Amino acid sequence: MDLFLQQIVSGFATGGIYACMALSVVMIYQAIHHLNFAQGEMATFSTFIAWQLLAWGLPYFAVIPLAIGLSFIGGFIVERVVFKPIENAPVLSHIVIFIALFAIFNSAMGFIWDFSIKPVPSAFGEGPLYEGSLLSKHQTGMISVTMFVLVLLWAFFRFTRVGLAMRAAAANPQSARLVGIRVSFMTALGWGMASAIGAVAGILIAPVVFLEPNMMLSILLYGFAGAVLGGLTSPLGAVIGGFIVGIVENLAGTYIPVVGGELKLPIALFLIVVVLVVKPEGLLGRRVVQRV
Amino acid sequence: MSAILEVKGLEASYGQLQVLRGLDFEVAKGGVTALLGANGAGKTTTLRAICGMIRRKGEITFDGQRIEKLGTEDVVRLGVAHIPEGRGTFGTLTTEENLQLGAMTRPNNSDIQADIERCYGFFPRLKERRNQQAGTLSGGEQQMLAIARALMLRPKLMLLDEPSFGLAPLIVRQIFDILADVKREAGVSMLIVEQNASLALELADHAYLIETGSIVISGEAKAIREDESVRASYLGY
Ligand SMILES: Nc1ncnc2c1ncn2[C@@H]1O[C@H](COP(=O)(O)OP(=O)(O)OP(=O)(O)O)[C@@H](O)[C@H]1O
Ligand SMILES: [Mg+2]
Repeated sequence: MDLFLQQIVSGFATGGIYACMALSVVMIYQAIHHLNFAQGEMATFSTFIAWQLLAWGLPYFAVIPLAIGLSFIGGFIVERVVFKPIENAPVLSHIVIFIALFAIFNSAMGFIWDFSIKPVPSAFGEGPLYEGSLLSKHQTGMISVTMFVLVLLWAFFRFTRVGLAMRAAAANPQSARLVGIRVSFMTALGWGMASAIGAVAGILIAPVVFLEPNMMLSILLYGFAGAVLGGLTSPLGAVIGGFIVGIVENLAGTYIPVVGGELKLPIALFLIVVVLVVKPEGLLGRRVVQRV
Repeated sequence: MSAILEVKGLEASYGQLQVLRGLDFEVAKGGVTALLGANGAGKTTTLRAICGMIRRKGEITFDGQRIEKLGTEDVVRLGVAHIPEGRGTFGTLTTEENLQLGAMTRPNNSDIQADIERCYGFFPRLKERRNQQAGTLSGGEQQMLAIARALMLRPKLMLLDEPSFGLAPLIVRQIFDILADVKREAGVSMLIVEQNASLALELADHAYLIETGSIVISGEAKAIREDESVRASYLGY
């Protein structure tokens, strides 16, 4: 029983990371209707920036806002420079650019920081939260930060004018222009935010998995799985999907002997395929109430 | 009488198909101009060309400023509210969010809430539906919402594409009364496209008749309304 609880709880903790990645995938998907394969590499890059700042001796509380802020600007610039020019280009051009970005970020990291794995200290300290706790300090931190980010985003989209404008631009770009919203600027903002959320996910997961250029490869896949499971059109769905994927992954790894540690990744792919076949719109995907 | 909108030699095409063949017309400041014509004459295209939703050639001057090179957002920001054919509802957002979006380009503190209440005064039905997903409103309710959303901009010029479309006669009457109020009290100028020519000519001071992308008749609304032959051959009433 204890083992079971333990697995659920730690699945919940990593699920938070998947939820963040799913959320950043969905943010970009909402704006441009494509999945950004380079999202993971961008998040890893952000994590390297954080690592570098730490290595230069900056304290964690300064590093985190800096890394997140730089990532926001980076995501914004990537959209302006690379994607704005191909706004109306066919799907294939987007895919080619995603792959190119993936390769560029990946090799840039290898070039700057080499491919050796680097331990990253946790911002929350080592060891269990308290004597006999199911959660470690770091896992507690992961869950709290994820929750905080989610609530913050929800409040942003629900209560601010910019949030409303971003929702309008994603839902109906043509009408959004007719009320004076700069739709393409909103897309760039979305990229900035997605990239900032990716940075949070990367910085939270690095102490668990070690930092190296391919760190986010499998995590992004789980993020995709979460996003697809929850519904690519629903931020809330993506978050819930991310948590479910985290828990399922952990339980399957523990209780299904053939899965073990090795076969965890195919589970993400399996989930994606099952959802796409059984319920393509996902758990909370656009279920616009139909007039009957 | 100075013009708030002055259009000279306006041309527009969809691909190979040229739809507007050099239109000249104006809208007087504080006045209402009607654009009439058969289906497919190019009325909707004219409105879209003015606010930059399609590529256009020619001179368009709004409030003393040339706008034919501006993008839609920038034309709107100058104070042009377009009520598009098809209503342009943000279907996944609520009725009230749709109204807030209408005021998106206004400063944050500029009595937006008061204007929303004013719109609810015009259209009490929208108030009842304020938290409902706007895509689930009836066609007529969405048309009301589109007009209310345009008013939220506090526009200088409104471009109305068939505001009576799909509405019950009683509501149509009510909407045209509201438009007349808006014109009188707020001095908003309007360019209105309407199938219901008799109604449009009642509201308008001036009217143009378009046929396959060219203007064939122009004149005082009153004169056109009373011209038997025009009514018989173009307006069909
Ligand atoms: N997106 C488009 N692509 C190609 N052709 C178009 C497009 N929109 C309109 N057209 C063509 O342009 C012409 C003018 O269309 P427009 O919509 O301006 O007519 P309209 O005067 O508004 O007609 P209605 O009274 O039926 O609304 C029509 O022949 C139409 O087929
Ligand atoms: Mg039309």
